Amino acid sequence: MLASLKTKFFDAFGHAFEVPDEVSPERYRSLRRIMTWLMVAVSVTPLLLLTGINHAQYMRTLEREMENPLYALVRKSQASLELFLGERASTVSLIAHAYNFDELTSGTTLTRVFMALKSEFKGFVDMGLVDDKGRQVAYVGPYELLNADYAKQPWLHETQVKGRYISDVFLGLRGIPHMVIAVQRMEESGRTWTLRVTIDTAQLEELVASVGLMQDTDAFLCDAKGVLQTNSRFYGKTLEKLPLSLPPRSLETTVRHISDAEGTRLVAAYTTLAGTDLTLMAVKPATDLLRPWTSLRSELLIVLCGGIAIIVIVSHLLMKHLVGRLEASDERRVAAFAQMEHNQKLSSIGRLAAGVAHEVNNPLAVINEKAGLAQDLLSMDGDFPHKQKLIGLLQSIESTVERARSITHRLLGFSRRMEAHQQELSLGEIVEETIGFMERGAKNRGVSITTEGFGEAPRIVSDRGQLQQVFLNLMGNALDAVADGGAIAVRCAAADDGGVKVQVSDNGKGMSEEVRKHIFEPFYSTKKDKGTGLGMFITYGIVRRLGGDIDVESEEGRGTTFTITLPHMPPQSAGGDA
Amino acid sequence: MTKGNNEDIKILLVDDEKQFVDTLAERLAMRGFSARVAYDGPQALKAVEEPTDVIVLDLRMPGMDGFEVLRNVKKSNPQVQVIILTGHGGDAEEQTAYRMGAYNFLKKPMDIDELLGSIRMAYRDKLENAMVAVSLAEGGDFDAARDVMAEKDILAEHDK
Repeated sequence: MLASLKTKFFDAFGHAFEVPDEVSPERYRSLRRIMTWLMVAVSVTPLLLLTGINHAQYMRTLEREMENPLYALVRKSQASLELFLGERASTVSLIAHAYNFDELTSGTTLTRVFMALKSEFKGFVDMGLVDDKGRQVAYVGPYELLNADYAKQPWLHETQVKGRYISDVFLGLRGIPHMVIAVQRMEESGRTWTLRVTIDTAQLEELVASVGLMQDTDAFLCDAKGVLQTNSRFYGKTLEKLPLSLPPRSLETTVRHISDAEGTRLVAAYTTLAGTDLTLMAVKPATDLLRPWTSLRSELLIVLCGGIAIIVIVSHLLMKHLVGRLEASDERRVAAFAQMEHNQKLSSIGRLAAGVAHEVNNPLAVINEKAGLAQDLLSMDGDFPHKQKLIGLLQSIESTVERARSITHRLLGFSRRMEAHQQELSLGEIVEETIGFMERGAKNRGVSITTEGFGEAPRIVSDRGQLQQVFLNLMGNALDAVADGGAIAVRCAAADDGGVKVQVSDNGKGMSEEVRKHIFEPFYSTKKDKGTGLGMFITYGIVRRLGGDIDVESEEGRGTTFTITLPHMPPQSAGGDA
Repeated sequence: MTKGNNEDIKILLVDDEKQFVDTLAERLAMRGFSARVAYDGPQALKAVEEPTDVIVLDLRMPGMDGFEVLRNVKKSNPQVQVIILTGHGGDAEEQTAYRMGAYNFLKKPMDIDELLGSIRMAYRDKLENAMVAVSLAEGGDFDAARDVMAEKDILAEHDK
């Protein structure tokens, strides 16, 4: 599962993770880039997510904070408006049922009842009695409406259908906005009539406004068609069309987010008043409440940007450091590998040379014995022509065999195990002794040999004879390389782990890169006239057997420096098959 | 070249290189030494059944190698002196050979006088051992006599 996910991931993003295989600066650059971005992505994503969630939650809280007062406002207004209208409707209904037609139309009854009503309840404008033909047969109020014909008025029809009706605000016959509460009475005698009162809409406005409006909040009533029933602060006067889209009718108080014609975001709470078609609505601009959010957002943004910047910088520095270390360790590995390869190559050459030397010894022995026998035979016979010449030839064969023998035995010496000749010694002494051997030759040619640092160099445990051979080889080579009057310097310094480092430098002719590469291989000689080409090969073998290392730097025309490092103690299994 | 008493030393030459070993036998004969020849391990072990003083033994031979021959000879005839003469003379082989009781370790190609010198010394040591052993045996110390015959002290000397 995990593996397949991983595969899919790398299939999808593989191209982004492509890193050149070879060890090149480009490889580490792209590695660093990829790892940095990966780390940034991994760190920043949760941060952004967290910020996003925080933002959304904060917005939600803000919205609630905005919605809740509006909701409470509408609930409170709804209660008082419903009470206001309900009380009045009940009272009118009570009057209609307490009196009959004749009582109300005769004398001053209607006036008396209206006066009592007005003294108890605010907001009544007038009162009238309408017969079954729609004619107002009795009237108390400020307008000249006695005998007015209401037959065609919609409120009358509604009342006749429903028995009791609270109208929307309308102009009616008087031309002034008002609303009607009407109750139909059907007497036992079969006479049907309607009692109607009108209510001043200013009362409604007062009620709506009295619930404590804040500066930016608007509250108003409107009918089912979106016509304002009270004056609104921002959206027009009574009986004007509301410039907002009307939400669906709802008896529950509902909060909605809407926008006006100009696109301003608004929060609206609304409810339909029970028993009427009127909708109570409170509106507040949403933007105003976002102000605290805006200031918080800028702080949040600073923190977010700062956080991302820190992540990017830290990722960059960290990856630079890590990849740098990786690069360094890769370089070390490559160098160590090259060194190992080199050592292995020399070791195989050594084994091959030893094998050949072994195999050559047997035929050499046969030649030696045959020549010896021939000499034996010749010495027993008397003189004959060419006898001396033959003896000379046989002796020459013997001496040639001896020469070959010295080569094979030297080669085999290279693969020899170390014998128990280890002792604590001072390199300075060995070097001085070696210089002693060559002093005469050097003096004759005016070559100076200087030493440096041997006084302070630590003593090490090693093989005296073998080391002498090493220095003899190196200094002999140096002497061959320098011109008359040249200089050879032997320097010594402490190395790691109590070991020492010795450098043999000359200012001679130096060697080419090609020669330098093969210098430690057997039979690789630049001295055509003398030498077997085994000197450096044997030197290399000895140093390796002593647990040390040898390296050479050279520049043609400038000189050569051999550097030997020797451990404080040779390895336990001294020797091996180098 | 001294003839006569040299013939007393019973030499066995063991080498799979016929050309070498035959020529060497001939040259030894010219110097008054009688040397028998064996071309491989089994032949050598058979030849040792006859009285032998010094064996000159090659190491690298097909079938049974020189070390095996040496081990067998030292088991059956510990008083016989064995000189190793090989072209494959590394230090490791040299140490092994001495540990196993070889008298000397020579590397091919060698000078015949060097070989002869070594043979003579080996023979003299053998005689001395025998005389010491006889005197020890006369004194009743048979264990010590056996040790001397098997050259245990000499081995101990070499191991140091």
